[in-house]
Amino acid sequence: MIRKVRTHVNQNEPLLFELSSPGKRAWQLPELDVPAVDAAEALGAGAVRDDIEGFPEVSEVEVIRHFTRLSTWNYGIDLGLFPLGSCTMKYNPRINEAVARIEGLAWAHPYQPESLSQGAMEIIAALEKRLGEIFGMDAVTLQPAAGAHGEYTGIMLIRKYLESQGNPRKTIIVPDAAHGTNPATAIMVGYEVLNLKSNDRGMVDPAALAAAVTSDTAAMMLTNPNTVGVFEQEIVKICAILHDKGAQVYMDGANMNALVGIARPGDFGVDVMHSNLHKTFSTPHGGGGPGAGAVGVRAHLEPFLPAPRLKRANGAWTWDYDRPRSIGRVRAFYGNFGVLVRALAYIMAHGGPGLRKATLDALLNANYVRARLEKHYQIAYDAPSMHECVFSDSKQAAHGVRTGDIAKRLIDYGFHPYTVSFPLIVSGALMIEPTETEPKQELDLFCDALISIAEEIEKDPEMVKHAPHLTRTTRVDEVMAARKPIVRWKPGPAGAKAAD
Amino acid sequence: MLAACGLQTMEDLCAHLPKEALLHRPLDIPAGISEYEISEYFKEQAARNAVGYACFLGAGAYAHHRPVLCDVVVSRGEFLTSYTPYQAEIAQGTLTTIFEFQTMLCQLTGMEVANASMYDGSTAVPEAAMMASRITGRHRYLVCANVHPEYRDVLDTAARNAQLHVETFGYDLETGRMDLESLDRKLNDETACVIVQSPNFFGVIEEIQEAARMAHARGALLVYLFTEAVSLGILKPPVEADIVAGELQSFAISPSYGGPYAGVIAAKEKFIRQIPGRLVGETRDANGNRAYCLTLSTREQHIRREKATSNICTNQALIALMATVFMSVYGREGLRELALHNLAKAGYLQNGLNRRFSGKFFNEVVVKVSGRTPEAANAELLERKIVGGLALGRFYPELADSMLLCATEMTKRADMDRLKEVLR
Repeated sequence: MIRKVRTHVNQNEPLLFELSSPGKRAWQLPELDVPAVDAAEALGAGAVRDDIEGFPEVSEVEVIRHFTRLSTWNYGIDLGLFPLGSCTMKYNPRINEAVARIEGLAWAHPYQPESLSQGAMEIIAALEKRLGEIFGMDAVTLQPAAGAHGEYTGIMLIRKYLESQGNPRKTIIVPDAAHGTNPATAIMVGYEVLNLKSNDRGMVDPAALAAAVTSDTAAMMLTNPNTVGVFEQEIVKICAILHDKGAQVYMDGANMNALVGIARPGDFGVDVMHSNLHKTFSTPHGGGGPGAGAVGVRAHLEPFLPAPRLKRANGAWTWDYDRPRSIGRVRAFYGNFGVLVRALAYIMAHGGPGLRKATLDALLNANYVRARLEKHYQIAYDAPSMHECVFSDSKQAAHGVRTGDIAKRLIDYGFHPYTVSFPLIVSGALMIEPTETEPKQELDLFCDALISIAEEIEKDPEMVKHAPHLTRTTRVDEVMAARKPIVRWKPGPAGAKAAD
Repeated sequence: MLAACGLQTMEDLCAHLPKEALLHRPLDIPAGISEYEISEYFKEQAARNAVGYACFLGAGAYAHHRPVLCDVVVSRGEFLTSYTPYQAEIAQGTLTTIFEFQTMLCQLTGMEVANASMYDGSTAVPEAAMMASRITGRHRYLVCANVHPEYRDVLDTAARNAQLHVETFGYDLETGRMDLESLDRKLNDETACVIVQSPNFFGVIEEIQEAARMAHARGALLVYLFTEAVSLGILKPPVEADIVAGELQSFAISPSYGGPYAGVIAAKEKFIRQIPGRLVGETRDANGNRAYCLTLSTREQHIRREKATSNICTNQALIALMATVFMSVYGREGLRELALHNLAKAGYLQNGLNRRFSGKFFNEVVVKVSGRTPEAANAELLERKIVGGLALGRFYPELADSMLLCATEMTKRADMDRLKEVLR
C-alpha cells in the first residue's frame, strides 16, 4: 500500500523561451551616475552585437512562477528519504546556508588584501585542521572542487612523489567494484589502469593483489568501506602489500560517512585520500553540485600539495606561493570556499562526540533496512554492512523485473530510487544508503514500500515494469534522447505546440 | 532498531572492524555547539574580512548586483536538496532548468551546444584543451600571456601530468591585445588549439577573427575564454571559435572568496561527442509528453570508465541554476543594458588616470601608478576604506608599475572620484 504520497494537481509550465514576448522585463538598474557611452564608439562598431537572439523576455512574476513550478517536478531530501548508495544524501542543515551568506564571507573578494581576509583564511585553516584529525592525515588541501577533482589531485600528488623518488611508474590498480571516476582519473594523470577482480565476499583479495603488484605499480585506488558497503577486512595487509613494493595507497573517501570517529584512513595505512564534503559533511548536492573534494595526505606527500598553502607568519595567516615541489594549481583561487563554510558549520554543530554518534546512527539505519529487507531481496554479500547495504535483484529477475524497474516503482511510493545497477560486480544491484538523518518512521515507510513492490512483482510483474504510474512524467525515453540529441531549444514553426 | 538487527549495543555495529584499524580514542574536536553559537562564530570571522570598503578588484571575480530572485529560487529545497538528475521522472525540474541554461549559453556565445557546467572557468580551460586534442589528435597548446595567470597555472598542472605541451605566446605591450606575429611564429602542425581570453586579463577586448583564421589554416582549433560573462551582453558572440570556455561568476554568483563559481564549455555541434561533463537532451515520456534527461552519457566516466572524455562527475548545478535565474531576470534587453552600465562606469573610472594599454576595454582597465608602487598606492587607499586594484607585478614583472582596476554597475561615482584623487 502506498502511504507516503497522494497525487495532486501539478502545474504545467512552458520553457522560458516560449513564455517570452518583447518588452516584458524583470530587471531594474539604477540611474547612471556617470555619462552614458556609445557602445560602438567605446568598443568599435565591429565588436558590438545587435541582439541576443532568442534570449528570454519575461516579467518578474513569471520568473518566480516558472522556477517554482519547475521545482515541484523535483524530488529532494526535504521531501523524504533519498537512499542513493555511495551518495550520502543526508539532511542539509539550513544554518549552513545562512552562515555562507553572511556579507563578509559571501562578498569576500579572492584578491582582497590578506590583512582583510583573516576571517576567511581562519575558516579554511580550521576546516583543514579538523578534517586532518578526522582522516588521521598530516595535511589537507581544500582546493579541489569536487570528489573527482580530489582524486585527480591525489593521483597527481602520487605521480609527483614517485617522480621525486626517480620513477613515476606506469600502472594504477583499481578494483572492479570502484566508482567510474577512479579509472577515468588515473588515465587523465597519464597512468594505465589495471582492473582487479573482487573476491566472493565483495572485497579485495590480498593474494590476487600481491600477484598483481609489481615495480610498475604506482598506486591502488581503493574505496573503503567499498561500494558494496563492506569494510575491507584486510585493509592493513592490503596497504602493506602495496607499500612493500614502493606503491602508494589512494582512498576514495566517498563512503567516509561510515568511518568518521570510528576509524581513520591515515591510521590504517592510506597515504592520500579525498572526502566529498557534499556527502559526509552535509553540504547540499544542489541537483549535481557544487561539491568540494578535500584531499588529505601523510607527511611525505605534503610538499607536493597544490599551491598556495596557508601559513602562519607574524601572528596572521598568509598564502604561501613559494612551494617549489608543488604539483601546481588545480583551480583558480583557493577552492569552493562557500562549500567549506558549510562543512565547517556542520562539524562545529556536531563536535567530536556528535560526529561519532552520527556515524553509528548511519550504520544502524543501514543495518535496520538490511534486516527488514533481507527476506524479500537477495543480499549481495553476507559480510556485515556498514553505512549502506547492497542487494541483487535475482529473486525479482526470475519474474522478469529488474532493479531499474523496481527503482521506478519506488517513485510511485513517494521515494527517490536507490542507486541502480552499481556496483557492476553485483548482478542487478540495489544499493541503499539511508544515512543517519532518517527517522525510523521514514525508514519503515521505505522498507514497507520495497516489500510491497516485491509482492507486486509476484502478482503483476508487467505493472512494475511500466512504472512509474503516478508521476506527472512517465517513463522517459533515454534511447530516443541519445539517438538524435536535441540539447538546446530552437524556435519551432509558427503555431507549434508551445507547452508540454 | 538494534534488536531488529540482532545487536545489543551501538558499539556492536562496528565490532567486526579489524582492531588495528579502529580509532581507540575520541576525536580531538570540541563538543558540538548550538545554532546561535555557530552563527556568532561565522559573523565574527566575517567581520575580520573587508566589510564596508569600496572595492575595485575584478580579475576573474566580479561584484555585480545579485537579483533577489536568484537566492529565492536556489533556496527551494526541491532544487537545493536534490541529486544529480539520473532519475529523470522525478528530476524534471532540474533537467528543464539545465536545458534552458544550455540554450541560453548557446544564444550568448554563438555556439551550438553547451554543457551543464564545469567546476569553474579555470578548470574549463584544460578540459577545453584536452577536448581539442581528442578532436585534432594533437597535443600542443598555445595560450596567450594575457589569459588569466591562475587559469594558465591550472592548464600547466593538467598538461604536465598528461604529457601535453603548453606554450605561451606574447601580447602587444602597446595595445594589451594578443600579439598575432608571436602567435604566427609559434603555430605549427602539432598545435591542437590556440587559447585566447576576451576581455583578456587586462580587460582589453580581443579581435579573434584573425587568430581563428591563423589557427584554422594550420588545422588547429580556437578556444575562446571569457571570465566576465556580462561582456557577452554587448560583445559580438565569438562565432569564429570552435570551443568556448567560460566562467559565469558574474551572473549572480557572489565572489565568496573564490568559489563556488560555475564554468561552462560550449562548442560547435559537430564536436558534441567530445564535450566533457553532463548534457541534458529533449525526449518524450511513455505518454508522449515532452521530457528531458541526461544524454550522451557514453562520454562519461560512470559508463565509459577509463575511456571517458573526462573524470568529471559532480559539477556546479545549483550555481548554474543561479546563473539561469539571473539570465531570465535580465533577459534580452536587460543584459545589454547591464553591459552598457558597466562600460559607462569603466569609462568614467579611467578618465584622468594613466592607462597602460590603448586597446578597447569593457569594465576593467590597467593603469600606471606614478611616484610610488601600486602596492604603496593601495596601502594609502586602504586608509580611506578603499580596496584598490590588483597590483600586476606578482604576475607580470614588466607591469610592476601598474594595477588592474574594475568598475561594475555597482561602483559609485563618488568612490571612483575618491580613488582617482589618490591615484592621480
